[in-house]
Amino acid sequence: MRYLPTSDEIRRQMLEAIGAASIDDLFRHIPEYCRLTRPLNIPRGQSEPEILDFFQGAAAECAPGWASFLGAGAYRHFRPSPIDALISRGEWFTAYTPYQAEISQGTLQAIFEFQTMICQLTGMDVANASMYDGSTAMAEAVLMALRISGREGIVVARSAHPQYREVLNTYVTQRGLAAREIGYLPDGTVDLAALEAALGPDTAAVVVQSPNFFGAIENWEAAAAAAHRHGALLIAVIAEPISLGILAPPAAADIVALEAQGLGIPVGFGGPYAGVIATQEKYLRALPGRLAGEARDHEGRRGYVLTLATREQHIRREKATSNICTNQALCALMAAIFMSLYGKDGLRELAEQNLAKTAFAAQAFAAAGLQVLFPSPRFNELVVQLGPGRAEAALPALSRERIVGGFPLRRYYPELDGAVLVCVTETVPRAAIERLVAAYAPAPATADPRELVSAH
Amino acid sequence: MAITRASRHLVQNEPLIFERSAAGKRGYQLPPLDVPAADLTGLGRLRRDQIADFPEVSELEVIRHFTRLSTWNYGVDTGLYPLGSCTMKYNPRVNEQVARLEGLAQGHPLQPEELSQGALRIMHLLSRYLLEITGMDAITLQPAAGAHGEMTGILMIHALLSARGEARHKVLIPDSAHGTNPATAAIAGYQVQNLRSNARGTVDLADLDRVMTDDVAALMLTNPNTLGLFEEDIHRIADLIHERGGLLYMDGANMNALVGRARPGDFGVDVMHLNLHKTFSTPHGGGGPGAGPVAVKSELEPFLPIPVITAGADGRLRADYDRPRTIGRMRSFYGNFGMFVRALAYIMANGCDGLKQTTEDAVLNANYIRRGLEGAYALPYDRPCMHECVFSDQKQQAHGVSTGDIAKRLIDYGFHPYTVSFPLVVRGAMMIEPTESAGRDELDEFIAALRAIAAEAETEPERVKSAPHTTRLSRLDEVSAARQPILRWRR
Amino acid sequence: MAYPNEYRYTKEHEWIFREGQTGTIGITDYAQRQLGDVVYVELPKVGNAVKKGEAFGTVESVKAVSEIFAPADGTVKEINEKLAGAPELINQDPHQRAWLIKIELAQPAELDALLTAAEYEQFIAETAEH
Repeated sequence: MRYLPTSDEIRRQMLEAIGAASIDDLFRHIPEYCRLTRPLNIPRGQSEPEILDFFQGAAAECAPGWASFLGAGAYRHFRPSPIDALISRGEWFTAYTPYQAEISQGTLQAIFEFQTMICQLTGMDVANASMYDGSTAMAEAVLMALRISGREGIVVARSAHPQYREVLNTYVTQRGLAAREIGYLPDGTVDLAALEAALGPDTAAVVVQSPNFFGAIENWEAAAAAAHRHGALLIAVIAEPISLGILAPPAAADIVALEAQGLGIPVGFGGPYAGVIATQEKYLRALPGRLAGEARDHEGRRGYVLTLATREQHIRREKATSNICTNQALCALMAAIFMSLYGKDGLRELAEQNLAKTAFAAQAFAAAGLQVLFPSPRFNELVVQLGPGRAEAALPALSRERIVGGFPLRRYYPELDGAVLVCVTETVPRAAIERLVAAYAPAPATADPRELVSAH
Repeated sequence: MAITRASRHLVQNEPLIFERSAAGKRGYQLPPLDVPAADLTGLGRLRRDQIADFPEVSELEVIRHFTRLSTWNYGVDTGLYPLGSCTMKYNPRVNEQVARLEGLAQGHPLQPEELSQGALRIMHLLSRYLLEITGMDAITLQPAAGAHGEMTGILMIHALLSARGEARHKVLIPDSAHGTNPATAAIAGYQVQNLRSNARGTVDLADLDRVMTDDVAALMLTNPNTLGLFEEDIHRIADLIHERGGLLYMDGANMNALVGRARPGDFGVDVMHLNLHKTFSTPHGGGGPGAGPVAVKSELEPFLPIPVITAGADGRLRADYDRPRTIGRMRSFYGNFGMFVRALAYIMANGCDGLKQTTEDAVLNANYIRRGLEGAYALPYDRPCMHECVFSDQKQQAHGVSTGDIAKRLIDYGFHPYTVSFPLVVRGAMMIEPTESAGRDELDEFIAALRAIAAEAETEPERVKSAPHTTRLSRLDEVSAARQPILRWRR
Repeated sequence: MAYPNEYRYTKEHEWIFREGQTGTIGITDYAQRQLGDVVYVELPKVGNAVKKGEAFGTVESVKAVSEIFAPADGTVKEINEKLAGAPELINQDPHQRAWLIKIELAQPAELDALLTAAEYEQFIAETAEH
């Protein structure tokens, strides 16, 4: 086997050195009935060309090179070439958790920089080294709010990502808790009056996402004021971090749960991504996950260590702030490189391009006679009402155009049957937007969609 | 012994990226907009000011910055990384290449199923192989890491017991377990009851018999355990748990000792998680991402998280969301898909023979180290080990030298340290897992280095206690860092 | 370090000193040496009730967390605010400046059942032998 740095002769000598007659000797203490006595039913080992063949075949079935209008928590942004060039260095991706600080300063300093950039983006005082993803970061943020407040009520905007809400329910159901969901207004934002009416002396957390699942921008200050009037914590959820290039950060929130995928992490069928929790200084001790902090060595030189580990499972065991053990260091590194490259001006310009493309798409849909729902300010997603069955009917036409269309909302919002969530990032050229609009536009009785497109 | 394996080398200093920043520098260029510019007035107060102190650097500076930082790290590519319980094996390059194929790296998790068949096939095939390897009946790939898999498994156990109309409140956990086990049980709402190890380092059957009541939902067992020892009484343990209505959860962190040699499904395990980043070679990435699939026996299958990948009669694959008894969703989308691609590539590269050979080499290497260090370090459980061996600093403590000191001194000899002070059942533990990726020459060097350090501990203990001496920085002051935490840069 | 004769001690290594109805509580020199460098102290709020034998706070070193158990029933009257900024006081002066909390004792007579300095010193000497 090409990965194993040994030979049968060396194995024989090693067995001799340890006084074993055969390799079976080393497994003899496994009771006989536990032993597998047949070969695994897995094909013989394959060469690199065979492996490449298989995966290239699989990749070809996944619409490579198509324009995509899917967002909904996973955003396709251009990934500058230095990201993969840098993270492909073995010193980054073949290292593990920086327990031994003296030979892990690279990882530690990168995490420290990542934490800093997340604080700058979100307006929070501290951020952790990352968690699994946005959905679990949101659930962990709610658990954190329960610990801080000693209360049990959870109020969540229904305009927050439906899968994030599903994860939250999985996390809290066990404790006999349930999140109370608050509807949205005709403009697409959370119904703040209904939200406030749902708050009481036992409310621990108010969870609001912005831009929300429909792409609409929520009012952080109003949400925070409502939560704070009742002594609850506001958890601000951000699934599309590029929005922070132009939108006001949730500085009034108590906890921010952020998905960092948009910052240079591949869409990659849903993962791996990196969630982050950021918060205010006063809640630091309740924060789950790893933290890198500045330290000095014996000669007074600056370095970094993992710190405040006593919050974590390997020390506090059943009393830990979370059971989380890993972070998503390599994904956080991608995000740190992405943010360094785009920087102060680039992130703003990128956000503005997303806004511009989305505004253009909204106008194009309206001009084609389609109803764009939710008129509040939006970032890079919009909801278009096509009419029931239209999204499915348009699939063949979209296929011909090599376009992946929007996400039908019916599965999570039955009342929005016929509506699709369309995401327009900077990666989508104007021509693709026009082809999408044409494919979705109400078709004249006999028209072939290809003709419709050429009409534009 | 003179240090021959490692020598000093020019290493660049590098400040924080913020300290490289200057107004007006840039590391990006966007294509010109092909639509009218955005009208920002509509945003009003929703618009932000500039992101204060965000970096402004050029592309070359970013490349140099993160390249220089990388040279301060030690990875599996650098050398032996015998971190016990973490399975730091080789991360094959073809895995990285296939994970970056456009269709897979750019595919969207909400793409219509007709446009996702390739991705679904990867998940389906990986699931099939993992079930064959574990001997279990059904699986979810969704959990993002081992601890997340533990939580998934415990929630499924809770769901099954609830369906049986039973409310049990306790989870049993051996004192040698990973910290994630008790933390998981607690976060899932269970009381944790610790289980003592016996003099042989395995579960004490008498203690288990005493605490296994009808209030116990499950035993969370790591097998082989963190001492690298196989639980030889596994059938009696499983029978005892099952007879009294509980379930057996296996922490599969050490599955790399069993692949092709024994299957948890054949020795009474009801639920287990796997760590794709340990046994199946996906990179550790400086602390993640990992992936923690959970395999179960058929009785637990209805409770798997949604969605479940299923194959139709026509061979078309789909994601099934219509599962009324599911525990719900553990994470958005399908989980850490990129890790599934890598794990599958690894299994394909090895095949049935390679997987078994890999297990055997991992066990052979651990036993070789165990024999090689005998006499120099105390061996609290003197039995054949599996994929890792645990020594202690008992002999060196006489000279004031601890496991942490020895670990730091190993760095000077050119090795990554072993796992320090874990498992907790061994005072001053030195937990060594060479994996199959170490050749004999490297093992011999490692053994020689640790033997040299054992001698130094007697003759010049201060040298060991003040190590490392060759790194960019000397030992960092963790106490001050924790007393006055500085967790971000500020101007 | 000497164990003051006027204090009473627990087997969990807390001390308590009574003045009238008030009990001042801290951890012993033995406890701080076992812990190593203290980096953080978590204390209850003023007005909280504490119950004999139950944890009321924690003391942390870099790699360990220890709960502190109340030697007697009572209500928290005052906490040592200095420890938040200077947890190292616990290592430097555990029996004086690094007191943790003062409580209004519910039953001052409870203290009579606790260990005297001599008994505590004998107890830790025996513990050390094991």
